[in-house]
Amino acid sequence: MADKVLMKGNEALAEAAIMAGCRHYFGYPITPQTEVAAYMSKRMPKVDGVFLQAESEIAAINMVIGVSSTGKRVMTSSSSPGISLKSEGLSYLAGCDLPALVVNVQRGGPGLGGIQPSQSDYFHATRGAGHGDFHMIVLAPNSVQEMVNLTFKGFDLADKYRMTSMLLADGTMGQMMEPVSLDQGVVNTYEKPWALTGTKCERKPNIVNSLLMDPETLERLNFERFERYAQIERDEVMYEEYLMDDAEYCVVAFGVAARVSKNAIDEARNNGIKVGMIRPITLWPFPKAVLNAAADKVKAFISVELSMGQMVEDVELATRCKKPVLLCNRVGGMIPTTKNVLDSINKAVEIGGAE
Amino acid sequence: MTVFEKPQALTEAPLHYCPGCTHGIIHRLVAEAIDELGIRGRTIGVASVGCSVFSYNYFNCDMVQAAHGRAPAVATGVKRSDPNNIVFTYQGDGDLAAIGTAETVHSAGRRENITVIFVNNAIYGMTGGQMAPTTLPGQVTQTSPYGRDVTKVGYPIKVCELLSNVDGAAYLERVAVNNVQNIKKAKKAIKKAFQNQIEGKGFSLIEVVSTCPTNWGMAPDKALNWLEENMLPYYPLGVYKDITAEEEK
Repeated sequence: MADKVLMKGNEALAEAAIMAGCRHYFGYPITPQTEVAAYMSKRMPKVDGVFLQAESEIAAINMVIGVSSTGKRVMTSSSSPGISLKSEGLSYLAGCDLPALVVNVQRGGPGLGGIQPSQSDYFHATRGAGHGDFHMIVLAPNSVQEMVNLTFKGFDLADKYRMTSMLLADGTMGQMMEPVSLDQGVVNTYEKPWALTGTKCERKPNIVNSLLMDPETLERLNFERFERYAQIERDEVMYEEYLMDDAEYCVVAFGVAARVSKNAIDEARNNGIKVGMIRPITLWPFPKAVLNAAADKVKAFISVELSMGQMVEDVELATRCKKPVLLCNRVGGMIPTTKNVLDSINKAVEIGGAE
Repeated sequence: MTVFEKPQALTEAPLHYCPGCTHGIIHRLVAEAIDELGIRGRTIGVASVGCSVFSYNYFNCDMVQAAHGRAPAVATGVKRSDPNNIVFTYQGDGDLAAIGTAETVHSAGRRENITVIFVNNAIYGMTGGQMAPTTLPGQVTQTSPYGRDVTKVGYPIKVCELLSNVDGAAYLERVAVNNVQNIKKAKKAIKKAFQNQIEGKGFSLIEVVSTCPTNWGMAPDKALNWLEENMLPYYPLGVYKDITAEEEK
């Protein structure tokens, strides 16, 4: 067991990226993720890496595209308004089948919003990250340790499937300090015969491109990409269950909402309510199967979110609306309290009991 | 005996450009420069959006296609990934001087060690002839049907003049491909822009004043005349900045 160090979430993910082999980082200052850029600006020169502060988030994501097209691990990070600007690049990364790690330490919106934690970019991350049909692998940490673990995981999955992994943290995860172990063992490497490394006048040129004027070809590539997505939905779903064995009520929450929910569940259990939690770690692929199976056992679900109710739609879809799904939410930078969640659990008991 | 051959740095793909379009000449000049400098095996090109989007099919080297205006940012990534790469962008006026203005100015500001080929034909060609940032005052286009009215839509952007005020820019030259003499000068400038990169001199941009017979609504020879009579007075040819010349002094 490696020694643990006390680190801030944003700095821990930055160090994890370097340990995962990332030597190129492009960013732009925005609260509450600026520590990532600050950390990278200190560390990258010491590992012969590249830190570059771009003129905009748009430029940063396109620099990411440039490095990724050469086959190297690369990342950028931002917070919600900046991620909106990166959307164009996210679509091009998908269209070009390029791997990258993009970190979103979310803050409240819409517009300039606020600088306090939020989860209201769930839709953007899981559905609408840009124009066209595509997905990103979306990883939702709920501790500084998971900021580290999922950074490694994100790079690995991005390379494995030639697509973007998004680390979708909330401001809390970026700002809080916890002891972490940075040692993640062996880092996988992947062959990238498609990468732009210069032909050396020995092979035909490689072309990284998302433009296909022939509709039949473009259709075929979309279908092929979605076959890959189907494989990811089969093989890469990650979630954590908490006290679900005998649960009659199921909380669904990720990130900081899951931490608050855990306290509420413990308290509800003290009151004799059999409640558990399914915590999605991958938001896409969403843990549909485990939720659908749970829907045959529990009386109701409570989706706890820092949004106006975004994941709740995925819970309803996954469970085919077999059981009521309640929403417990705070927004604008507010975090649900244990009491908020407890109240929602009690409400679920009323509804569940009535059925 | 000198045999006229196709440059190695061009593929066998037939160009899709309209009859009389000068993109073909400029492609050839870039390819000749790459061949003569012996850098094809380590050259990576960045295609932009517009008529030259398919340049990734024409240059016989590794190529990446960038989003509209973002070629200098993508090129920055490619170059920073491995400084041994020789990286060039090939961009039109809409791409470079409108939607990509920030990327252009800041890559110059960083003295990013890349080569930018900027083709200025004063119009958006691919989309069918709309007003460009470089459309001349009074020039009729699809979106300036009464002529570009500078009191309403403002003035063209002179890219070389603009960038000559950016400390980071290393070499800026405006050339044209309207006659043999100018084509020879253009070739020399383009080659120097690549040579600068090999020597690590930093950001070099060659603005190539060119024609768009189709969207200007002119026969190719008339278009060349129009270029001489209208574009060259507004966009004077010449070197706008050259740190290598300053170093030699």
